[in-house]
This record gives sequence, structure tokens and C-alpha cells, in this order.
Amino acid sequence: MKFFSASQEKLREMPIDMRQFLIFIKKEFYHITRDKWTMAVLLLLPILMLLLFGYAITTEVKNTRLAVYDPSHDKATEAIINKLQANDYFILSQILTEPNEIEKVFQEGDIGLVIVFGERFYENIMHTGEAQIQLITDGTDPNTATTLTNYAMNIISSYRLEILTTNNIPFQIVPNIKLLYNPQMKGAFNFVPGVMGMILMLICAMMTSISIAREKEMGTMEILLVSPMKPIFIILSKAVPYFVISIVNLTTILLISVFIMGVPIAGSFFWLITLSLIYIFLSLALGLLISAIVDSQLIALLISGMALMIPIIFLSGMMFPVENMPIGLRIISEILPAKWYIVAVKNLMIKGLGFSSIINELLMLSGMTIFFLAISLKKFKIRLE
Amino acid sequence: MKAISVNNIYRNYGDVEALIDISFEVEQGEIFGIIGPDGAGKTTLFRILTTLLLADKGSATVDGCDVIKDFKLIRNRVGYMPGRFSLYLDLTVEENLNFFATVFNTTIEENYYLIEDIYKQLEPFKDRRASALSGGMKQKLALCCSLIHKPTVLFLDEPTTGVDPVSRKELWEMLKKLKQQGISILVSTPYMDEAEMCDRIALIQNGNFLKIDTPKNIVNQFDNILWALSSNRMYDLLNDLRNHPKIKSCYAFGDSHHITISTDNFLLNDLNIFLNEKGHKDIEISPIKASIEDCFMQLTN
Repeated sequence: MKFFSASQEKLREMPIDMRQFLIFIKKEFYHITRDKWTMAVLLLLPILMLLLFGYAITTEVKNTRLAVYDPSHDKATEAIINKLQANDYFILSQILTEPNEIEKVFQEGDIGLVIVFGERFYENIMHTGEAQIQLITDGTDPNTATTLTNYAMNIISSYRLEILTTNNIPFQIVPNIKLLYNPQMKGAFNFVPGVMGMILMLICAMMTSISIAREKEMGTMEILLVSPMKPIFIILSKAVPYFVISIVNLTTILLISVFIMGVPIAGSFFWLITLSLIYIFLSLALGLLISAIVDSQLIALLISGMALMIPIIFLSGMMFPVENMPIGLRIISEILPAKWYIVAVKNLMIKGLGFSSIINELLMLSGMTIFFLAISLKKFKIRLE
Repeated sequence: MKAISVNNIYRNYGDVEALIDISFEVEQGEIFGIIGPDGAGKTTLFRILTTLLLADKGSATVDGCDVIKDFKLIRNRVGYMPGRFSLYLDLTVEENLNFFATVFNTTIEENYYLIEDIYKQLEPFKDRRASALSGGMKQKLALCCSLIHKPTVLFLDEPTTGVDPVSRKELWEMLKKLKQQGISILVSTPYMDEAEMCDRIALIQNGNFLKIDTPKNIVNQFDNILWALSSNRMYDLLNDLRNHPKIKSCYAFGDSHHITISTDNFLLNDLNIFLNEKGHKDIEISPIKASIEDCFMQLTN
């Protein structure tokens, strides 16, 4: 009979605490790797979320079908129509011959924007300096409607500017909107930091709390407590595997976003990693806190889902701008760790700002980590209740 | 020094009193059985003694250590096997044992002689996951895991629940051997027939100890006339017997009903006539010796 492998011989020489700690971590990895579904979810979830938010759930307006009603058919209208088609935003799909078709194309549903030119468009510009153009969109989706009209307005203004300059008419100011840092309004720039904030919290807090709750539910916690192992080690060794998995996830997210989604790491890589490590510790501390309070896996799942994930999605500024929220929600958003993390990641990754831009966030996150760690250690039960 | 000493332990869960001023002592190297139905307070008692729960009142020591003050010492020394199967189902037999051996600062080799008898049966399945073991095998593995560090006191909460009769017998034989190694054992069971395997037993119900003594003494102290009856209509028989004024108590026991008689001048034949009048056939009545269960029933009355 052979119970010892070479590595176990080595283990014998280590201090007792270390040996217990290591075998516990080994056991945790067995749990994770032997449950194929959990394993798949843990490793594929970040990729799935990035792709989902990056490509499917997008607020970008692309390839909108355009219909045009153009009674003038002159130089100017043709030029504007060409300009509208010349980018990713619009595809000309229909030329309308009568105004009463407008209602119909919206009801059929695939047209996003209708452009109606006035009669004798070019002549009017040249002689009166005034020509009429009407943009019609579907107001049931106000966000998209605003974005679409803004795009179209920009394109039309740029044409106006061209005519004015070529015709030597005195200089006129044309409003020009420029988007800093993200000139193409790429959704990925916004979602990559958001997904990072969400995934790391999900893996660390949710998985850690569930796995501790499972020990309580299965009754193994009873045996572990009635053993020489220090209770605090039981908890800490639970955090280690999920720490490792979060590092793997962080790497995948960064690789995908840089090489596939084209989101740069404009600022300091070192501080980005440091910041993320602090955020991971913070999430682990939150997971430990949840597990200290609850006894069942389901409750652990619900609490981490309701209390952590949903606010991150809605209140962290990831999907909706925090500035537009009522004061109550803004206060909640201020105490969300994810909000601070996401802001700092945006500063570092997208804006390329240095360390000085994230000092506040770094301090806030470190403070929260210490706070949650202190509470969870205080709340930790060395008995069953 | 006593292996376990319990003084007026009281514990409640809200309005429910789980243990009411329990006191008892377990000698070194003794197998002490806590016998009682589900919900009697057995698990609460085990958890208080293994330092998992705090009693509301009273004190207790295990192996000379106070359960509150010296809880760390106790956790180093005792072995505990909870009532519910509590090992890692996704780990193999050997991985489970190795894990608990390391957690308890020892190795499988060091105390192998203690678990050898049981582990030999498990060895052909040592690479099988614990979830794929039968009920009896699971309990044997759990016992191995709680023994691997050679505890001074062993706490076994219902080790034979859900275990087949052959494995039950093997587990009890195992406990006898552990006793010879000087390990004191506190074991609980809802099965009254297992009581005689213990050196001493405590009968527990609704948080009260009804009696503490050796199984033999408890049986000998039974002072009623006890008959076992059966007929072709067992359910009607139970009702008829319970309605008879001279019958003190009547309980269903598997394939027969056990009754106790309140007066001496009621003879076996009188009962036979009574039951014949009630229309029972194939009547069998025989005087029997009391079992622990009979004693338990009498004490709860």
C-alpha cells in the first residue's frame, strides 16, 4: 500500500498550518475542476459577457436603414444622400415617391430614419440661404432616435460647411460635436471596464460565498470546525482558488479587449493590475462577509445576485449615466465598490491618465477592502451559530 | 478524570426546549449510548459537547477540558461524526481520508492500525467518489475519517441510521474494538435494539433523560407483566386491547403487540376468551421478557 507520493513527503516537512492550508486549497481545486459546469461557467462567462456587451447589447447605432423622399432631385440633395451613405451609420434602403409612404415604411418597421427634402432644395440654398430638410425617426425608442438625428445632423452640417466655403460666402459657424477619447462612440470602450467590474465581483464574491455556504449545507463545516484547523484558515483557503480564477479571468478579459475588440490600454499597465488586485481582494472580502451571514447556497446566490450584481449593472455607470439618476440612486452608486473601480479603469485604460488620476479611487477601494475584511472577520463564527 | 462530564446542561431554540437540565458522566473507555427517538435532543447534546453550540445554562467537560473555555483543546482531541453524512461527495474515498488526516495533523499510515478493519473493506473502492458508495460504506468511511487522528473521545451521532443490518453489526463490532484501544465513545441511536451493545445508556425524550443505567439493569427493573399478542386482524386487535380496562398499555411492535397488565388476577386465558368474543382468529399470546423499547415505553408513560 502506498499513501505517499513524493510531493506529500515534502509536505510532511512543512509547518502544520501550512500543510493544512495547502491540502485545503487542493481540495477546493478538486471541487472546482470536477464540476465541469461550474468550471465552464467560471472560465467562459467573462468571454461571453464581453462578446454580449461588446457586440450584441449595444447602444451604438450602426447600419440604420434610411428612406429618402426627395422631390427636388438636384445637386445638393444627391450630395447629402451620398454623404449619408458614405459611413457605417446609414444604409439607403428605399427612395420614397410620395409623402404618404412615410407612415407606411415606419410601420413596416425596418426603416430607422426618413429624410424629407423640401422642393427646389439647391435653388433655395443658393438664393435665399434657406432650404428645408426634415428628419423623421421612431420616437418610441428616444435614445436611438436622438443618436440617429444627431448623426444625420452632423453629416448635413458638414455638407453645408462645404457649400459655404466653396462659394466664398463669408465664414459661418457650424456646430461641431467632437467626442473625446472615444471619437467613434465605440460601446466596447464603455463596456470593457464595466464587464471587468462585474466579472471580478461575480467570481470572487458570489463563488466564495456559495462555496462556504455549501460546506455549511453539506455538514462538512461541522467536521472542519471540530478539527485542529484554525477557522480563519478554513475561510482564507476558500478565497485562494477564486483569487487564482479571477487572475485568469482578468487576463482573458484584457487579452480579448486589446486584441479582439481593439480597446487599448492607454495608461499604466502596472497601476491597472494593482487596482484590479485591490478590487479582487475587496470582492473576496465581500464574499466572506456574505458567507458569514448566510447558511445556504441559495441565499448566498440571491444576496450576491441582488445586492451585488444588479446594482453593478444598473447603478455603476456601466449602462446608464449616473449623473442623470435621482439623488437617492446616486448615493447608492457612490457606495458601490464597482463604480469606483470602473471609473478608475476608464481613467487608466481608455483615457490613458496616470496614477494621480486614480488616487481617490485607489484609496476608496483600499478603505472599503479593510472595512469589509474587518467586519467579515468580526462576524465569522467559530461555532455553528 | 471522566471522559465526559455534563452538569445541568439546558438549551432552547426559541420556545422549544431541546435539552432540559441534563447531567451525566462517561467513564474512560466506556461506550455510552444516548437512546431516543428523532427530535429528542440528541444532536443538540452532541453539538454542545463538540463545542459547536453553546448551552444556555450548565457546564460540561470533555477529556477534562471545558467545552466553552478550552474549545480549541477539545477540537484537537476528539473525533466527531455528525448524523448526516458529511464528507466530500466529489472526492474519492482515499482523497477524503487523506484530507481529514492532514487536517488533523496526521497521516493515514500513522494510525492505520485503528481503521484497518474497516478500511480493508473500503480499499477496493478507494478511487471511487464518495457519492458512489452505498449507505453502509459511506458510514464506514465517515467513521474512518473521524478516527484517523486517534481521538481520545469519539462522538458518533446516529452512525447506524440508514445503514443495512450487516453493516450495522460491523460498525458496532468496530466500536467494541476501539473501546479496547482506550477510546471513550458517546454514541446516539434511535434503534432501541442497539442499546445492549453499549456499556451504559441514557434514555432521552423531549430533552429529558428518563434513565441512565446499564442496559441489563434497565431491563431487569421492568416490573410489569408483559405479553406479546398477535391475531389475524392486527389493527382491530390494537384498538380492542387498548379499550380493555385491565390492560395498562398496549403498543405495536413489528409483528406483535406488547401489552402490560395492571392486576395479577387477569390471566392469559381470560384475555383469550375476551378476544375470541371480539371475533379474532389465530390468536397467539405469550409472556415475554422486556426489551429496552418496552422499558422506554413504560418510562414515557
